Amino acid sequence: MAGIASFLGRRLFKAVFILLAIVVINFLLVRAAPGDPAMVMAGEAGAADEQYVQQLREQFGLDRPLHVQLGIYVRDVAMGDLGYSYRQQRPVWDLIADRLPATLILTGTAFALALAAGIALGTLAAMNVGRWSDSAITVLALVSYATPIFWVGLMLILLFSVQLGWLPAFGYESIGAGYTGFERVLDIARHMVLPVVTLGLFYMAVYARLTRASILEVRDMDFVKTARAKGLGETRIVLKHVLRNAILPVITFAGIQAGHLVGGSILIETVFAWPGIGRLAFDAVLQRDYQVLLGIFFVTSVLVIVFNILTDLVYSLVDPRIEVA
Amino acid sequence: MTRDFWKAFARNRGAVIGLGILALVVLCALLADFIYPASPWEMTAMPFQPPGSEDALLGSDTLGRDIAAGIVHGARVSLLIGLTSTAVALLIGVTLGAVAGFHGGRVDDAIMRFTELFQTIPNFVLAVVLVAIFTPTIANIVIAIAIVSWPPLARLARGEFMALRSREFVQAAVTTGQGTGTIIFRHILPNSLSPIIVSASLMVATAILLESSLSFLGLGDPNVMSWGYMIGAARTVIRQAWWMSFFPGIAILLTVLALNLVGEGLNDALNPKLARKGKA
Amino acid sequence: MMTRTDSDTDILLDVRDLTVALPQGADRPNAVEGISLTIRKNEILCVVGESGSGKSMTAHAVMGLLPKPHVRVTGGQALYRGRDILTMSEREQRALRGGRIAMIFQEPMTALNPLMTVGDQIEESLKAHSDMDAAARRARVVQLLADVGLPDPEHLRRSYPFRLSGGQRQRVMIAMALALEPDILIADEPTTALDVTTQKQILDLIRKLQAEKEMGVMFITHDFGVVAEIATSVAVMQHGRCVEIGPAAQMLNAPQHPYTRHLIAAVPHYIEHRDDFLKSGEALLQAEKVRKVFRLGGGFLRKGREIIAGDDITLTIHPGETVGVVGESGSGKSTLGRCIVGLHKADGGRILYGGQDLVSLSRKQFRPVRKDIQMIFQDPYASLNPRHKVGEIIAQGPVAFGTSHAKAMERARELLRLVGLPANAVDRYPHEFSGGQRQRISIARALALEPKLIIADEPVSALDVSVQTQVLELLDDIRHRLGLAMLFITHDLRVAAQVCDTIAVMQKGRVVEMNTAREVFQNPQHPYTRTLLDAIPGKGWEIPEDLRHLRRDQAAAALAAGGGGSSGRGAVA
Repeated sequence: MAGIASFLGRRLFKAVFILLAIVVINFLLVRAAPGDPAMVMAGEAGAADEQYVQQLREQFGLDRPLHVQLGIYVRDVAMGDLGYSYRQQRPVWDLIADRLPATLILTGTAFALALAAGIALGTLAAMNVGRWSDSAITVLALVSYATPIFWVGLMLILLFSVQLGWLPAFGYESIGAGYTGFERVLDIARHMVLPVVTLGLFYMAVYARLTRASILEVRDMDFVKTARAKGLGETRIVLKHVLRNAILPVITFAGIQAGHLVGGSILIETVFAWPGIGRLAFDAVLQRDYQVLLGIFFVTSVLVIVFNILTDLVYSLVDPRIEVA
Repeated sequence: MTRDFWKAFARNRGAVIGLGILALVVLCALLADFIYPASPWEMTAMPFQPPGSEDALLGSDTLGRDIAAGIVHGARVSLLIGLTSTAVALLIGVTLGAVAGFHGGRVDDAIMRFTELFQTIPNFVLAVVLVAIFTPTIANIVIAIAIVSWPPLARLARGEFMALRSREFVQAAVTTGQGTGTIIFRHILPNSLSPIIVSASLMVATAILLESSLSFLGLGDPNVMSWGYMIGAARTVIRQAWWMSFFPGIAILLTVLALNLVGEGLNDALNPKLARKGKA
Repeated sequence: MMTRTDSDTDILLDVRDLTVALPQGADRPNAVEGISLTIRKNEILCVVGESGSGKSMTAHAVMGLLPKPHVRVTGGQALYRGRDILTMSEREQRALRGGRIAMIFQEPMTALNPLMTVGDQIEESLKAHSDMDAAARRARVVQLLADVGLPDPEHLRRSYPFRLSGGQRQRVMIAMALALEPDILIADEPTTALDVTTQKQILDLIRKLQAEKEMGVMFITHDFGVVAEIATSVAVMQHGRCVEIGPAAQMLNAPQHPYTRHLIAAVPHYIEHRDDFLKSGEALLQAEKVRKVFRLGGGFLRKGREIIAGDDITLTIHPGETVGVVGESGSGKSTLGRCIVGLHKADGGRILYGGQDLVSLSRKQFRPVRKDIQMIFQDPYASLNPRHKVGEIIAQGPVAFGTSHAKAMERARELLRLVGLPANAVDRYPHEFSGGQRQRISIARALALEPKLIIADEPVSALDVSVQTQVLELLDDIRHRLGLAMLFITHDLRVAAQVCDTIAVMQKGRVVEMNTAREVFQNPQHPYTRTLLDAIPGKGWEIPEDLRHLRRDQAAAALAAGGGGSSGRGAVA
């Protein structure tokens, strides 16, 4: 137990460092952008308002040395101040906080489903290696891996919303329907199906491939031979010996990939008009609203770090060797 | 050596198909100006023409531009950005990884922390931020994609260098008095190349996907036609005109799929596991 | 030792005419061809052979553990108490496996599931084959762990394998195998991956448990020393066939088949002693209190674990002298070698060579010394760059020191002849050679710089015994001819006895005893040396007189013929 605590402690410590580095990168990005940083912060629209730009200069000490500016910036971020969107006339943090739950639901669900389905399919493929189900799963994985997710989203809309009319294509819930309680949950769930499937499909393919490869590797290991020599049944060998060991690299990889998943939500939310921070990012790109964009960059990075710590936690529960790692 | 390589490669049917598709895409990119001499931005047909129309094989878009012309010309951007950004990512990743793996110790520690940082940052978000802030030009897009893609290559190169550095034939090179340059370039690098080549071929595919995603969001170079842009522009009219987004998507799918298949074929042919046992 | 009853009821396992086919494209059609052997109650049958002889495949076939579908049984029977295992249903086979016939493997480090506690893994067997309740199973697990001599079984039961040493893990494997008191135990090289002292303990344990339970044991090994230690009967395998089978006494002392005789003749043994080496002149190299600490893990935030590989290593080598450094894994013997050739930098102490302290030299200052001190590595498959031709590999050193390429290649040809390989080998790649031949190339490379001292780090431990002999003879011959000094690192005292004038015994990073080979063997001073000597397998067995000469004759013939000896591990040129 002490081993796990110290392991997680080290990871947490590292996370703080990474966070700090991201804040610095964020800070440098604004300064590195072509043109007056105050203008950059104000966004293209703010350029006209000389008074606001002046106010920005004072607030961030833009006429003072770089390290002083950095100090001010770090202090602001630490206090939850990610800047102000001139475009939307609201603090960036408020904008993001409004949209965060929708993104968390979307990415969280997609991640969980992709992992579960990916591991299941990968296992199935590995158990039937060389047979048609393996080939089918391999081809499916290969194709999903090669398809741009925004396009998959559009095609699913075309099929399930436009052609078949089964599922809603856009938004988070039916606006103006006035659903409450369970009805509302159901409505949101219906809206979630297509975006979750689209986002999850790609990662499912990734995890399925990884699981398959990992199982095939573990299957040849000595301890599996030991299990066979004990006369255990095939199911028990697969579940207790092969799968448990094979899943470890999948967990590690899923943790690393969490960042990609969060990034992918920008595309998905754009396609499905999902009111999350991804959609916010798309709008910010269109409006050149850099303050919001950088705020999103920061928040998504934090999200990834949280994801990573969660996977570390899972890992530490599965692998006893963590104590000496 | 080469004959064995082709034999092993050809044994993987998918890889051969992939190579065929890839050759076709390359041909399109090279001959775009002959196939569709007019600029893909030019309005050559009535808007919203469905596929199979007289003046637009795969239909026309909302402004009457030929989808087929866009796809053929788009192949150029995709391949160009895919290849150059991979080259830049290789340069950054392999150099950092090689230094880390060869030196070990504190240098390795520092480089790996740096790599980890870039691996934690959500890479697509960073690419979006970079391109948005530094204005979307081909060069900026290439750099942005390279910046978010190098960490896995660095890890791979580091692993290979580390493993090879402690291999006995490299130690033998040290004890027979060969210089560091000789050891790196004649002993370690050639033996670590196979897995790096395989990853690089897969990375071209990822880079093409990244580029199309960026231009889908309107962050492509506004001066060149690209597949992602075409889908992005057609997004809002998906109910009326499916073909505008369907065909460019197929183009991306086929190209990326082909690259992945070729990558797997390379992996089989170069089979790094066998080579590592010294029985290549 | 045992009373042989020939009644058929005693026969536990009767393998008749067993043939196992290899997949197409393998170097021979069958891994095992028409093998017949029996295992009786209370018998230990040793199956002996070199790598690739099919001994392991035979065991796997009996257990139904062949890597399907590539390798399969194509003929013969394996009767367990009269019933053919090979035609049983999967279900029946499973009941037998782990229940009536149990198996233990070579690699204790990887044979246990890293994610399950030791107790759970043993309990699994009980669950699969018995209807004991949870309490009974737990009691049985504790009992088993105690039976195999593990300390504090109640605590150990809940440990994960990574906490256990190799020897302890092998004990756990044995406990697991014995969980259901099987009739037959199949042990596939169970001590090969272990240090000699641990090997002795495990051999003793297997013999004791076998006698207690009157089991039949099929013990697979490549080491005739181990055979002498444990066997009641012996089967010798070569290229998938059983060439000779018989009672241990007869097989060990009066072998008939030429291959058996050849194998026994190749067994290194420590009775052959050369004349004492006469130290002359000043020491060539002196290591004084060499210390080396490795740091594992760690980084900016943590210090990581420290492993003291060398603590206080002191020894001297004279010109022309061969010093054997003997010790178990982790004793620091390899670390010493690597510190001397400058692959590791010692953290403390001095290594004096030619008036300078090698430890204090910078990388650049060390370079001239490299010409004088060369190294031969352990693994013939890893020590040659697979992408370079043999000639290049040998010539690279001299070229780096300024010899012209043409001249270096000419020298490479000469050296290849010297080590018993044809001169045209220069134009071929390493993968075209067998293990023994590669080790000859390695020796030629080390000689190319005309060194004064050679560090040989376990140069024969990756080779089969018959090839071992040839390479050892070659090393011995060359160092006499060229007047070389040699530091010979090995874990095997018997091997050290073949070539060393002086022997230094290392334990836990220190030299505990250093003396002439004769003194070390006949009059060991340090208790650890005595433990090591006592642990040599088959020490009570004297190789038949007529075979002792065979060894030298064979080696000499091989040297003259320039053969490398196919080891069965790689392509044969």
